[in-house]
Amino acid sequence: MAANPRIKLPETAAIGDVIEIKTLITHVMETGNRHDKTGKPIPRDIIHAFVAKFEGKEIFRAEFGPGISANPYLAFHMRVPGPGVFEIAWTDDHGVTTVATAPLKLV
Amino acid sequence: MPDPIDISILSRREFIAAGAAAAALAPFVARAEDPAPGTPAPSQKFKDDFARIAGSANPIEGKIMVDLPETAENGNFVPITIAVDSPMTDADYIKAIHLLSTENPAAHVATFHLSPVNAVARVQSRMRLAKTQDVVVLAEQSNGEMLISTTRVKVVIGGCGI
Repeated sequence: MAANPRIKLPETAAIGDVIEIKTLITHVMETGNRHDKTGKPIPRDIIHAFVAKFEGKEIFRAEFGPGISANPYLAFHMRVPGPGVFEIAWTDDHGVTTVATAPLKLV
Repeated sequence: MPDPIDISILSRREFIAAGAAAAALAPFVARAEDPAPGTPAPSQKFKDDFARIAGSANPIEGKIMVDLPETAENGNFVPITIAVDSPMTDADYIKAIHLLSTENPAAHVATFHLSPVNAVARVQSRMRLAKTQDVVVLAEQSNGEMLISTTRVKVVIGGCGI
């Protein structure tokens, strides 16, 4: 289960600035290689897809394998084209997508 | 190993040339046939994933800056920053950054897709390392060329739930 998606942006930015977008979500990122106490394999359950949009337009995308740590953290950059809202989507192995949004405050 | 060269039948010039060629090959021969004890060996999964991602490209070293700890105390949680030197213009940008591990159970750790809108080809995340191994970063340029960087990380306590 994914929980508590977070997006961290600079407090303010100007058009043309290159800003860093930091993202974090709570998720176990179960590799599928582990066994429970009874020796039964624990099925793989990871966030495998990450999509970032700004004003509805895709700006960054990633695919994760089980080699990404629990509670996946990801930071990337964007040149600010104008005012708008970020929309970040994390999709897990159950096909469940968790979405978070954050408006960018311009100076 | 190639047959040993009989020095007595070579001229001085040939002898020097043969020595230079052998010296140039030495690091590869040493790597391929005589791994030092404890030296990581890439898994078959790594070789398969690398071949699938690199395709027919012949990756060139350079332009990639990978920030990883030399020694990771906890392999479950290894911070990594990847930055590729690129103007990130419509004519010349980094399309994708692929992150691989030579000895994790799943070699392909992540792929990040970029475009000129990102302005800088720089990503930061946290990865798992099952044991001491090499972290390989492949960066795909808009002209189809591929860049590569390899970083050895010593792992004290392995990750990946093994």
